[in-house]
Amino acid sequence: MRNNGILRIVARFLIPLILLFALYIQFHGEYSPGGGFQAGVVFAAGWILFVLIYGLEAGLKVIPQRAMVVVMACGALLYAFIGILGVMLGGHFLDFAPLLPNAPKGAQQAGIILVEFGVGMTVATVVMLIFTMFAGRKSQIHLIDGIPDSEPMPYPDYRQHDGNNDRDTHRQPEVHD
Amino acid sequence: MIAVAVTRMRDLFAAAMLFAIYSLLSAALFVLLDAGDVALTEAAVGAGISTILVLAVLTLTRRYEHSVHRVNWPALAVVSVTGLCLLWAVSDLPDFGDPNNPVHTHLAPYFINNVYSDMGIPNMVAAVLASYRSVDTFGEVIVIFVAGLAVYTLLSVPPPRRPRRKENDAKREEPPA
Repeated sequence: MRNNGILRIVARFLIPLILLFALYIQFHGEYSPGGGFQAGVVFAAGWILFVLIYGLEAGLKVIPQRAMVVVMACGALLYAFIGILGVMLGGHFLDFAPLLPNAPKGAQQAGIILVEFGVGMTVATVVMLIFTMFAGRKSQIHLIDGIPDSEPMPYPDYRQHDGNNDRDTHRQPEVHD
Repeated sequence: MIAVAVTRMRDLFAAAMLFAIYSLLSAALFVLLDAGDVALTEAAVGAGISTILVLAVLTLTRRYEHSVHRVNWPALAVVSVTGLCLLWAVSDLPDFGDPNNPVHTHLAPYFINNVYSDMGIPNMVAAVLASYRSVDTFGEVIVIFVAGLAVYTLLSVPPPRRPRRKENDAKREEPPA
Protein backbone atom coordinates (compact mmCIF):
# COMPACT_ATOMS: atom_id res chain seq x y z
CA MET A 1 0.00 0.00 0.00
CA ARG A 2 2.87 2.34 0.62
CA ASN A 3 3.86 2.22 -3.04
CA ASN A 4 0.53 3.58 -4.18
CA GLY A 5 1.18 7.19 -5.11
CA ILE A 6 -2.40 8.37 -4.97
CA LEU A 7 -2.89 7.00 -1.48
CA ARG A 8 0.32 8.54 -0.24
CA ILE A 9 -0.40 12.00 -1.61
CA VAL A 10 -4.02 12.04 -0.49
CA ALA A 11 -3.02 10.84 2.96
CA ARG A 12 -0.33 13.47 3.16
CA PHE A 13 -3.03 16.10 2.65
CA LEU A 14 -5.65 14.44 4.81
CA ILE A 15 -3.71 13.44 7.91
CA PRO A 16 -2.85 16.99 9.05
CA LEU A 17 -6.44 18.03 8.45
CA ILE A 18 -7.74 15.07 10.47
CA LEU A 19 -5.41 15.84 13.36
CA LEU A 20 -6.32 19.52 13.23
CA PHE A 21 -10.02 18.67 13.19
CA ALA A 22 -9.46 16.43 16.21
CA LEU A 23 -7.85 19.29 18.12
CA TYR A 24 -10.69 21.56 17.01
CA ILE A 25 -13.42 19.30 18.37
CA GLN A 26 -11.31 18.79 21.48
CA PHE A 27 -10.91 22.43 22.42
CA HIS A 28 -13.99 23.87 20.72
CA GLY A 29 -16.23 21.20 22.24
CA GLU A 30 -18.08 23.63 24.49
CA TYR A 31 -19.25 25.71 21.54
CA SER A 32 -19.90 23.12 18.86
CA PRO A 33 -20.63 19.40 18.86
CA GLY A 34 -17.67 17.49 20.11
CA GLY A 35 -15.66 16.76 23.19
CA GLY A 36 -12.83 14.66 24.46
CA PHE A 37 -14.20 11.29 23.42
CA GLN A 38 -14.87 12.19 19.79
CA ALA A 39 -11.62 14.15 19.54
CA GLY A 40 -9.61 11.25 20.86
CA VAL A 41 -11.17 8.83 18.41
CA VAL A 42 -10.63 11.17 15.46
CA PHE A 43 -7.02 11.79 16.48
CA ALA A 44 -6.39 8.07 16.74
CA ALA A 45 -8.06 7.58 13.34
CA GLY A 46 -5.60 10.05 11.80
CA TRP A 47 -2.69 8.14 13.29
CA ILE A 48 -4.12 4.80 12.15
CA LEU A 49 -4.45 6.16 8.61
CA PHE A 50 -0.76 7.09 8.81
CA VAL A 51 0.06 3.56 9.93
CA LEU A 52 -2.01 1.99 7.15
CA ILE A 53 -0.13 3.99 4.54
CA TYR A 54 3.39 4.20 5.93
CA GLY A 55 3.62 1.07 8.05
CA LEU A 56 3.41 0.30 11.72
CA GLU A 57 7.10 0.92 12.36
CA ALA A 58 6.95 4.49 11.06
CA GLY A 59 3.83 5.07 13.15
CA LEU A 60 5.52 3.76 16.27
CA LYS A 61 8.44 6.11 15.65
CA VAL A 62 6.02 9.01 15.89
CA ILE A 63 4.24 7.73 18.98
CA PRO A 64 6.07 4.86 20.69
CA GLN A 65 4.02 2.17 22.35
CA ARG A 66 5.48 3.05 25.73
CA ALA A 67 4.30 6.63 25.30
CA MET A 68 0.79 5.35 24.57
CA VAL A 69 0.65 3.44 27.84
CA VAL A 70 1.99 6.43 29.76
CA VAL A 71 -0.36 8.96 28.15
CA MET A 72 -3.28 6.57 28.61
CA ALA A 73 -2.66 6.55 32.34
CA CYS A 74 -1.93 10.29 32.42
CA GLY A 75 -5.33 11.11 30.89
CA ALA A 76 -7.21 9.18 33.55
CA LEU A 77 -4.94 10.63 36.24
CA LEU A 78 -5.51 14.18 34.96
CA TYR A 79 -9.26 13.65 35.27
CA ALA A 80 -8.88 12.27 38.79
CA PHE A 81 -6.45 15.03 39.73
CA ILE A 82 -8.93 17.74 38.71
CA GLY A 83 -11.54 15.99 40.82
CA ILE A 84 -9.29 15.73 43.85
CA LEU A 85 -8.10 19.31 43.39
CA GLY A 86 -11.71 20.39 43.91
CA VAL A 87 -11.79 18.42 47.16
CA MET A 88 -8.53 19.91 48.38
CA LEU A 89 -9.75 23.43 47.66
CA GLY A 90 -12.83 22.83 49.75
CA GLY A 91 -15.49 21.46 47.44
CA HIS A 92 -16.85 18.08 46.41
CA PHE A 93 -15.16 15.52 44.18
CA LEU A 94 -15.23 16.83 40.59
CA ASP A 95 -16.78 20.07 41.76
CA PHE A 96 -15.16 22.72 39.59
CA ALA A 97 -16.42 25.77 41.45
CA PRO A 98 -13.53 26.02 43.97
CA LEU A 99 -10.89 26.06 41.22
CA LEU A 100 -11.39 29.77 40.53
CA PRO A 101 -13.43 31.16 43.43
CA ASN A 102 -13.88 34.59 41.88
CA ALA A 103 -15.24 33.48 38.52
CA PRO A 104 -17.75 30.62 38.79
CA LYS A 105 -18.36 30.47 35.04
CA GLY A 106 -14.65 30.53 34.30
CA ALA A 107 -14.07 27.79 36.85
CA GLN A 108 -16.66 25.57 35.18
CA GLN A 109 -15.18 26.20 31.75
CA ALA A 110 -11.63 25.52 32.92
CA GLY A 111 -12.76 22.35 34.63
CA ILE A 112 -14.64 21.16 31.56
CA ILE A 113 -11.71 21.84 29.24
CA LEU A 114 -9.18 20.10 31.49
CA VAL A 115 -11.40 17.12 32.12
CA GLU A 116 -12.21 16.75 28.44
CA PHE A 117 -8.52 16.92 27.66
CA GLY A 118 -7.96 14.01 30.02
CA VAL A 119 -10.73 12.06 28.30
CA GLY A 120 -9.24 12.83 24.89
CA MET A 121 -5.76 11.68 25.91
CA THR A 122 -7.00 8.41 27.30
CA VAL A 123 -9.36 7.59 24.43
CA ALA A 124 -6.85 8.42 21.70
CA THR A 125 -4.05 6.37 23.19
CA VAL A 126 -6.28 3.41 24.10
CA VAL A 127 -7.53 3.17 20.51
CA MET A 128 -3.99 3.48 19.16
CA LEU A 129 -2.73 0.88 21.61
CA ILE A 130 -5.45 -1.64 20.77
CA PHE A 131 -4.76 -1.17 17.07
CA THR A 132 -1.02 -1.54 17.60
CA MET A 133 -1.47 -4.74 19.57
CA PHE A 134 -3.64 -6.33 16.88
CA ALA A 135 -1.49 -5.11 14.01
CA GLY A 136 1.71 -6.30 15.66
CA ARG A 137 0.21 -9.70 16.39
CA LYS A 138 0.33 -10.67 12.72
CA SER A 139 4.07 -10.34 12.34
CA GLN A 140 4.61 -12.10 15.66
CA ILE A 141 2.64 -15.12 14.49
CA HIS A 142 4.51 -15.23 11.21
CA LEU A 143 7.91 -14.88 12.84
CA ILE A 144 7.23 -17.65 15.31
CA ASP A 145 5.46 -20.02 12.97
CA GLY A 146 8.51 -20.61 10.85
CA ILE A 147 6.52 -22.43 8.19
CA PRO A 148 5.30 -20.11 5.47
CA ASP A 149 1.78 -21.02 4.51
CA SER A 150 1.63 -21.60 0.81
CA GLU A 151 -1.87 -20.27 0.41
CA PRO A 152 -1.81 -16.55 -0.39
CA MET A 153 -3.72 -14.31 1.92
CA PRO A 154 -7.12 -13.64 0.39
CA TYR A 155 -7.26 -9.98 1.42
CA PRO A 156 -3.98 -8.28 0.57
CA ASP A 157 -5.27 -4.73 0.31
CA TYR A 158 -5.48 -3.56 3.86
CA ARG A 159 -2.74 -5.60 5.50
CA GLN A 160 -0.43 -3.73 7.76
CA HIS A 161 3.12 -3.66 6.51
CA ASP A 162 5.31 -3.21 9.46
CA GLY A 163 8.81 -2.70 8.23
CA ASN A 164 10.33 -6.11 8.78
CA ASN A 165 8.11 -7.95 6.35
CA ASP A 166 10.58 -8.94 3.70
CA ARG A 167 9.22 -12.45 3.86
CA ASP A 168 5.73 -11.19 3.27
CA THR A 169 6.62 -9.30 0.15
CA HIS A 170 8.59 -12.21 -1.23
CA ARG A 171 5.71 -14.48 -0.65
CA GLN A 172 3.04 -12.19 -2.05
CA PRO A 173 4.36 -10.01 -4.82
CA GLU A 174 0.80 -9.09 -5.77
CA VAL A 175 0.44 -7.02 -2.61
CA HIS A 176 1.92 -3.91 -4.19
CA ASP A 177 -0.67 -2.70 -6.60
CA MET B 1 -31.94 -4.13 5.32
CA ILE B 2 -28.21 -3.66 5.63
CA ALA B 3 -28.29 -5.36 9.01
CA VAL B 4 -29.98 -8.39 7.42
CA ALA B 5 -27.32 -8.38 4.71
CA VAL B 6 -24.60 -8.34 7.37
CA THR B 7 -26.02 -11.39 9.09
CA ARG B 8 -26.46 -13.29 5.81
CA MET B 9 -22.97 -12.48 4.56
CA ARG B 10 -20.37 -15.24 4.65
CA ASP B 11 -17.62 -12.98 3.31
CA LEU B 12 -16.38 -11.34 6.49
CA PHE B 13 -14.60 -8.52 4.67
CA ALA B 14 -17.82 -7.50 2.94
CA ALA B 15 -19.68 -7.85 6.23
CA ALA B 16 -17.26 -5.43 7.90
CA MET B 17 -17.73 -2.92 5.10
CA LEU B 18 -21.52 -3.24 5.24
CA PHE B 19 -21.39 -2.71 8.97
CA ALA B 20 -19.45 0.53 8.41
CA ILE B 21 -22.15 1.67 5.99
CA TYR B 22 -24.78 0.79 8.57
CA SER B 23 -22.99 2.98 11.14
CA LEU B 24 -22.70 5.82 8.66
CA LEU B 25 -26.43 5.64 7.95
CA SER B 26 -27.19 5.76 11.68
CA ALA B 27 -24.91 8.77 11.96
CA ALA B 28 -26.93 10.45 9.21
CA LEU B 29 -30.10 9.59 11.13
CA PHE B 30 -28.68 11.27 14.24
CA VAL B 31 -27.83 14.35 12.20
CA LEU B 32 -31.44 14.46 11.01
CA LEU B 33 -32.52 14.35 14.66
CA ASP B 34 -30.19 17.31 15.42
CA ALA B 35 -27.96 15.23 17.68
CA GLY B 36 -24.60 16.45 16.46
CA ASP B 37 -22.52 15.00 19.27
CA VAL B 38 -23.97 11.52 18.93
CA ALA B 39 -23.66 11.65 15.14
CA LEU B 40 -20.00 12.59 15.43
CA THR B 41 -19.35 9.75 17.83
CA GLU B 42 -21.22 7.22 15.71
CA ALA B 43 -19.39 8.25 12.55
CA ALA B 44 -15.97 8.20 14.21
CA VAL B 45 -16.36 5.10 16.36
CA GLY B 46 -18.89 2.99 14.47
CA ALA B 47 -17.88 3.70 10.91
CA GLY B 48 -14.19 4.40 11.50
CA ILE B 49 -12.45 2.83 14.43
CA SER B 50 -14.50 -0.32 14.93
CA THR B 51 -14.26 -1.13 11.23
CA ILE B 52 -10.50 -0.75 11.33
CA LEU B 53 -10.28 -2.93 14.43
CA VAL B 54 -12.44 -5.59 12.79
CA LEU B 55 -10.17 -5.50 9.74
CA ALA B 56 -7.12 -5.78 11.96
CA VAL B 57 -8.65 -8.86 13.53
CA LEU B 58 -9.57 -10.21 10.09
CA THR B 59 -5.89 -10.26 9.12
CA LEU B 60 -5.48 -12.89 11.85
CA THR B 61 -8.33 -15.06 10.63
CA ARG B 62 -9.71 -16.38 7.37
CA ARG B 63 -11.86 -14.32 5.10
CA TYR B 64 -14.84 -16.65 4.84
CA GLU B 65 -17.00 -17.85 7.65
CA HIS B 66 -17.63 -21.58 7.94
CA SER B 67 -21.14 -22.30 6.80
CA VAL B 68 -23.19 -23.95 9.49
CA HIS B 69 -26.16 -25.89 8.24
CA ARG B 70 -27.97 -26.96 11.34
CA VAL B 71 -30.21 -24.58 13.22
CA ASN B 72 -29.41 -23.84 16.85
CA TRP B 73 -32.92 -24.18 18.27
CA PRO B 74 -32.29 -22.98 21.86
CA ALA B 75 -30.55 -19.86 20.56
CA LEU B 76 -33.38 -19.21 18.11
CA ALA B 77 -35.93 -19.58 20.91
CA VAL B 78 -34.06 -17.19 23.23
CA VAL B 79 -33.67 -14.60 20.48
CA SER B 80 -37.32 -14.77 19.42
CA VAL B 81 -38.64 -14.53 22.98
CA THR B 82 -36.38 -11.56 23.72
CA GLY B 83 -37.34 -9.85 20.49
CA LEU B 84 -41.06 -10.36 21.12
CA CYS B 85 -40.68 -8.95 24.66
CA LEU B 86 -38.89 -5.89 23.29
CA LEU B 87 -41.57 -5.38 20.63
CA TRP B 88 -44.23 -5.68 23.34
CA ALA B 89 -42.35 -3.10 25.45
CA VAL B 90 -42.33 -0.66 22.55
CA SER B 91 -46.09 -0.28 22.90
CA ASP B 92 -45.50 1.07 26.42
CA LEU B 93 -43.15 3.81 25.28
CA PRO B 94 -44.48 7.36 25.24
CA ASP B 95 -45.21 8.91 21.86
CA PHE B 96 -42.30 10.21 19.84
CA GLY B 97 -41.96 13.96 20.30
CA ASP B 98 -44.62 14.22 22.99
CA PRO B 99 -43.71 17.27 25.15
CA ASN B 100 -45.04 15.52 28.27
CA ASN B 101 -42.55 12.66 28.04
CA PRO B 102 -40.76 12.00 31.33
CA VAL B 103 -37.46 12.72 29.60
CA HIS B 104 -38.66 16.25 28.87
CA THR B 105 -40.14 17.02 32.25
CA HIS B 106 -37.65 15.59 34.73
CA LEU B 107 -34.14 17.06 34.47
CA ALA B 108 -33.99 18.51 30.98
CA PRO B 109 -35.73 21.82 31.83
CA TYR B 110 -33.23 22.43 34.62
CA PHE B 111 -30.29 21.88 32.27
CA ILE B 112 -31.84 23.98 29.49
CA ASN B 113 -32.54 26.87 31.85
CA ASN B 114 -29.33 26.80 33.86
CA VAL B 115 -26.48 25.73 31.59
CA TYR B 116 -25.80 29.15 30.17
CA SER B 117 -26.15 31.03 33.44
CA ASP B 118 -24.04 28.45 35.31
CA MET B 119 -21.21 27.95 32.84
CA GLY B 120 -21.53 30.41 30.00
CA ILE B 121 -21.10 27.79 27.30
CA PRO B 122 -23.66 27.04 24.60
CA ASN B 123 -23.13 23.29 24.13
CA MET B 124 -25.40 21.66 26.67
CA VAL B 125 -24.12 18.17 25.90
CA ALA B 126 -20.58 19.10 26.88
CA ALA B 127 -21.81 20.87 30.00
CA VAL B 128 -23.89 17.91 31.15
CA LEU B 129 -21.20 15.36 30.34
CA ALA B 130 -18.23 17.14 31.81
CA SER B 131 -19.71 19.12 34.68
CA TYR B 132 -23.16 18.05 35.88
CA ARG B 133 -22.45 14.39 35.23
CA SER B 134 -18.68 14.43 35.51
CA VAL B 135 -18.54 11.46 37.87
CA ASP B 136 -20.29 9.33 35.23
CA THR B 137 -17.78 10.50 32.65
CA PHE B 138 -14.97 9.67 35.06
CA GLY B 139 -16.33 6.14 35.24
CA GLU B 140 -16.38 5.96 31.44
CA VAL B 141 -12.76 7.04 31.26
CA ILE B 142 -11.82 4.38 33.78
CA VAL B 143 -13.70 1.76 31.75
CA ILE B 144 -11.85 2.75 28.58
CA PHE B 145 -8.55 2.77 30.44
CA VAL B 146 -9.15 -0.68 31.87
CA ALA B 147 -10.18 -1.98 28.44
CA GLY B 148 -6.93 -0.69 26.97
CA LEU B 149 -4.94 -2.23 29.80
CA ALA B 150 -6.71 -5.57 29.36
CA VAL B 151 -5.98 -5.73 25.63
CA TYR B 152 -2.39 -4.69 26.30
CA THR B 153 -1.96 -7.38 28.91
CA LEU B 154 -3.60 -10.15 26.88
CA LEU B 155 -1.83 -9.44 23.61
CA SER B 156 1.58 -8.75 25.16
CA VAL B 157 2.00 -12.48 25.63
CA PRO B 158 3.68 -13.82 22.50
CA PRO B 159 1.66 -16.44 20.67
CA PRO B 160 2.65 -20.05 21.37
CA ARG B 161 4.83 -21.95 18.96
CA ARG B 162 2.56 -24.00 16.77
CA PRO B 163 3.48 -26.47 14.04
CA ARG B 164 0.90 -25.04 11.69
CA ARG B 165 -1.38 -22.05 11.88
CA LYS B 166 -4.80 -23.28 12.79
CA GLU B 167 -7.82 -22.02 10.97
CA ASN B 168 -9.14 -19.76 13.61
CA ASP B 169 -12.83 -19.52 14.01
CA ALA B 170 -13.93 -16.35 12.27
CA LYS B 171 -15.79 -15.10 15.29
CA ARG B 172 -12.77 -15.31 17.58
CA GLU B 173 -11.33 -12.01 18.71
CA GLU B 174 -7.80 -13.30 19.03
CA PRO B 175 -5.85 -16.47 18.38
CA PRO B 176 -5.64 -18.87 21.31
CA ALA B 177 -2.74 -17.76 23.43
